Amino acid sequence: MSDTNIKTIAIGPYHPLQEEPEFFRLHVDGEIVVKMDVELGYNHRGIEKLSQGMHFDQVPFLVERICGICSTSHPFSYVLAVEDIGGWEIPLRAQYIRTVVAEVERLHSHLLWLGLAGHFLGYNTVWMWAWKAREPLLELFEKLTGNRNHYGMFKVGGVRRDFEDGFCHDLARVLDNLVPVLDMFKGAVSDDPVLRSRMEGVGVLSYDDCRAYGAVGPVARASGLNIDARRDDPIAAYPLVQWRVPVLKAGDIYAKALIRVMEMYESVSIVRQCAHKLLTVRGPVDLRVTDVPPGEGIGHYEAPRGECFHYVMSDGSNRPARHKIRAPSYTNVATDVKAVVGETVSDAALVLAAVDPCYCCTERMIAVDAGTGATRHSGAELVRLCQAKTERLRRGGRA
Amino acid sequence: MSMPLTGFADRFKTRALAWEEKRARRLYVEIRPSDLLETANYLYKDCGCRFVIATATDIVTAITVLYHFAHDASGVMVNIRVTLDRDKPAVESLTQLFVGAEWIEREMWELLGITFIHHPGLKHLLLPDDWPNGVHPLRQDFRQDELPPPCPGRGAEENR
Repeated sequence: MSDTNIKTIAIGPYHPLQEEPEFFRLHVDGEIVVKMDVELGYNHRGIEKLSQGMHFDQVPFLVERICGICSTSHPFSYVLAVEDIGGWEIPLRAQYIRTVVAEVERLHSHLLWLGLAGHFLGYNTVWMWAWKAREPLLELFEKLTGNRNHYGMFKVGGVRRDFEDGFCHDLARVLDNLVPVLDMFKGAVSDDPVLRSRMEGVGVLSYDDCRAYGAVGPVARASGLNIDARRDDPIAAYPLVQWRVPVLKAGDIYAKALIRVMEMYESVSIVRQCAHKLLTVRGPVDLRVTDVPPGEGIGHYEAPRGECFHYVMSDGSNRPARHKIRAPSYTNVATDVKAVVGETVSDAALVLAAVDPCYCCTERMIAVDAGTGATRHSGAELVRLCQAKTERLRRGGRA
Repeated sequence: MSMPLTGFADRFKTRALAWEEKRARRLYVEIRPSDLLETANYLYKDCGCRFVIATATDIVTAITVLYHFAHDASGVMVNIRVTLDRDKPAVESLTQLFVGAEWIEREMWELLGITFIHHPGLKHLLLPDDWPNGVHPLRQDFRQDELPPPCPGRGAEENR
């Protein structure tokens, strides 16, 4: 293999409206990816700096806008960090409400991923079904908070709104309807030989690689790392309900997909238990914290994509003196560099999507011939390549 | 504290400049910058800790870097702090131990001007490639009201 055979495929850049734009440069030898570079920062918003200019109570609204999908993860970690400074225990009812909001969000986030994975694989029906199943969850949020996303529920010392009992009944009904859909997806993922052949053994990430990159969430758990911030450093109502942390060893795309499906069942179980408890656990939902003492605190919560970490330093004023944020994709996207090497170009889009970054990134791909600099593929072309491979397999041909 | 971290305390507590267990699962340890590699190596390899991220802060009198390690088996967050000279902050790079430190060190290099010795490639991560040298947005003396530096593709009108 000589260097002259290496061609470069650029994935990105992107549209400024994208939430999490990244730039991937694939170095390919024929159809095989030999190396990948990642560039970040095209949409850097300076949130850590902005946070230093805001009141402690305004920051949840700011950090809620970091992610447009799992919008509660950042406020959750942030309020935990500030509560760590003060050493406050929030009221029990607020703990349950926090858990319900976080887990319903995990459900809709995983369904979103499942739909897009289906789309990349050329199973557009899966995409439509997953997003159809996601809709009632967003409607639940709208009913409770007035918003389908960006709920504004979390504040330092508790939550902003209480649940009415009627909401708990709605919750139970929506979950009852969701479980058959999950069963169907579980069957679709595990029984379809074509899907399995597209995902099994592809984009494998080893246990040691996960450790070295500091991978988190479903990516790490699919490679055998038994970590989950909700269980390891108990927060909210998680220690009060029965649930498990699914862990698999294979580290391929199939394991990553299966982990997410298994997690959805756990989320359903957690929400059911909490909704039941909320009918009997009464009391305030807010501590009414007025001042944050000087000090430093850490909050981390297991977001749908993995551990979301916030560090807050307070100097006794009404604003954070330093606010460090680490989103799960920060470490997970870095693992792509390892996972994509040795895979074919038609699998690249899928491998990159398997860590569940923002998918918009992969929609604007350009393939450039390194010799002439000419564009070989458009962005949509790579997704089409990925879908075409499934189609060939489905018809019984060779990949 | 669970067994692997007891070993950490035995070995490093006397050498630490400060050792504080602020809460049940929050340990803050201040060490000399020269001890960083050995401490991080012990946490990562012997205790099985996961490197989470690092927070660099300009505290005006100095620059501090707080390395966050998670001991997931016990849920303890071990935070290792080093204090660096503000005029010429430099410390050994943790990429010598694990690749996961690469991006955050590039970030701290561009946002606060810390040099990481033996880092494989200190280049811009979040800021544009043509960002002026010596301008570090997370330093306390950075003026937010100053115009942003020129970027490629922007017209002369916008750059004024």
